[in-house]
Amino acid sequence: MNRGPLIFLGIFLALAFSWTGIVLTNQIQYGSLTPYYDANEGRTFPDKPSGLANQGRLVYQDLGCMYCHSQQVRRPGYGADEERGWGERQSVARDYIYEPRVFLGTMRTGPDLRNIGSRQPSTDWHYLHLYDPQLTSPGSIMPPFRFLYAYRKVAPGQASPLALKLPADYARQHGLDRPGYELVPTPRAEALVAYLLSLKDTYVFPEAKPYVPPKPAAGAK
Amino acid sequence: MASAPSLAASLHPATPTDTVPRAELSAIDASTKWPALVFIVSALVWLLIGTVFALIASFKMHSPEFLGNYEWLTFGRVRSAHLNAVIYGWSTNAAFAVAFWLMARLSRAALRHPGVLIVAACFWNLGVTIGVIGILAGDSTSIEWLEMPPYATPLLFVAYALVGAWAVITFRFRKSEHIYVSQWYILAALFWFPWLYSIAQIMLIFEPARGTVQALVNWWFAHNVLGLWFTPIGLAAAYYFIPKVLGKPIHSYYLSVLGFWSLAIFYNWAGVHHLIGGPVPAWVISAGIAASLMMVIPVVVTAVNHHLTMVGSFGALRTSPTLRFVVFGAVNYTLVSLTGSAMAIRSVNEITHFTHFTVGHAHEGMYAFFTMVMFGAIYYILPRLLLKEWPSAALIRAHFWCAAVGVTIYWVDLEIGGWIQGMQMNNPNIPFLEVVHNTLPYLVTRSVAGILMTIGHLAFAVNVAWMLAAKRPAGATAPTLFRSPPAMQAAPVR
Repeated sequence: MNRGPLIFLGIFLALAFSWTGIVLTNQIQYGSLTPYYDANEGRTFPDKPSGLANQGRLVYQDLGCMYCHSQQVRRPGYGADEERGWGERQSVARDYIYEPRVFLGTMRTGPDLRNIGSRQPSTDWHYLHLYDPQLTSPGSIMPPFRFLYAYRKVAPGQASPLALKLPADYARQHGLDRPGYELVPTPRAEALVAYLLSLKDTYVFPEAKPYVPPKPAAGAK
Repeated sequence: MASAPSLAASLHPATPTDTVPRAELSAIDASTKWPALVFIVSALVWLLIGTVFALIASFKMHSPEFLGNYEWLTFGRVRSAHLNAVIYGWSTNAAFAVAFWLMARLSRAALRHPGVLIVAACFWNLGVTIGVIGILAGDSTSIEWLEMPPYATPLLFVAYALVGAWAVITFRFRKSEHIYVSQWYILAALFWFPWLYSIAQIMLIFEPARGTVQALVNWWFAHNVLGLWFTPIGLAAAYYFIPKVLGKPIHSYYLSVLGFWSLAIFYNWAGVHHLIGGPVPAWVISAGIAASLMMVIPVVVTAVNHHLTMVGSFGALRTSPTLRFVVFGAVNYTLVSLTGSAMAIRSVNEITHFTHFTVGHAHEGMYAFFTMVMFGAIYYILPRLLLKEWPSAALIRAHFWCAAVGVTIYWVDLEIGGWIQGMQMNNPNIPFLEVVHNTLPYLVTRSVAGILMTIGHLAFAVNVAWMLAAKRPAGATAPTLFRSPPAMQAAPVR
């Protein structure tokens, strides 16, 4: 192997091989996947996320939530995603077509969030959980996101409807029980919670019918 | 250490010895001095910065209230700051220095206009600094291995182009007839990385692909940074330093050819194994699994080649710091790659995917293999640039044992913990919070291992700073070894 050009040609072809296979072929195969039109409902799926949810996606991105939370449900029989209630069906490529950045994730330090919007639809729960995860999930190792909240004086007659309803003990221990003050989510927290609530794949595509493992024929394996 | 002029022997098994006069080597080393120094010292600074981020992230994992009020240091940011500081700051700076130093030596050509490489170093480090600050400030892209915000990218790209072009120019002016295996790997790595990086930038950030095609591009890129950038540079260094220090040729020329081309063909398909079970076409996952298993070929071939070169010379591990670090790395390359192939099997991946097992595995690859080889290379290169010896063998010893023991505890601990985590996560009868709770002992152990590794890094940093500050001794000096080998006490030669 002492001929430079020949070595270079081999080096080029090696990466060209996987670039064509993994990147180019898949881009051609399903890089322009379209939404699914449901004739019964007279509209297309998946839903487009709201503007606030899209802002929340950016908060999710900048805080690096995806390093501990995946957003993909694996098929029944492979892992226990469905048994844990993380989704009623496996995730398919079409679920993600409106997402400017896809956060499939590779880590489950915390649970999968693909359907957190349907699993945990309460706004109050999310605000408490993000403020201090120990409030809702004792023993969790999720970091607190207190910097997404403001502790402020209530404007006369204008108490925020979003103000956190902290347990009395907790408020006293943490000095959050001053009369006339309230703990409210900042706009970033509101956007983040809107995004989390938007995460739900509750419709069914033809290709995403809940998978039923075939019964093995008698005598086979 | 070698007592005969052995570069030629290590260049190619068939090359007659004593063809490269020592004076010529000194001239070549001297031409690389300033750029190599700048890259190595910046690598060291990034290693220390990355270590601090690593410790913060690791403590946060078991004590979430630790520094909990600072948005800049929230886990999701500090973890990515750690990754980018050690990947693009430490590892890539070190890889650059080792790559063009080796390229100059093996091509027997002095670097032309070394000042251009210093400019490249400034661009690169400015880019990484802006990128890491961007991540901490909240501009992370949250794309794994590509977190640095897009405004840092152009600087990195210019710097990379300069380094790559300079290595190729050095290669073009080569005086050696033979192209040694290390040169194949370096040329390949320098060509592959910009291709990967530019495609990933375009298809993920500037003109994002639709849906989960992004995930495929992401893992094609991220796994190949490891497989087609760091691995080739690490192997190039191992292929150079093991025979060089021992003063004998590599075990088999033909195995190195086979190892190189099988790595080139199979590694670049393997990345898809990070998406097993995910919403991407099944055929591409199957292809990725097949490629991951085929990786056994280059790994075993390279292992045979490296480890059989060592056979009969294990005594040298007691004396040579470079050899000890590089061989530790080479052994871990074999282990981590075989583990990686196993992790791609669907039934194994069902357990290890989404767990700390992967984190342990990644650190065995990037630290126990790559980083240790780079440490070994720096222990060899710096004295030849500065014409001074390492001031303290005790500090080198402390560095080796803290790093080696630390990283071994690290990956063994997380692989056990991750396996248990995966088994329990797949059992829906165990509540999720209980699974989390059961990982805590392993996360605490990881922090302890991290502290040990930090001590090693400090020993390294002190030794480098001391060496830079020390006066150059008059006359010839003996290399700093762990102990003087009896046979070589008479005539110590580097």
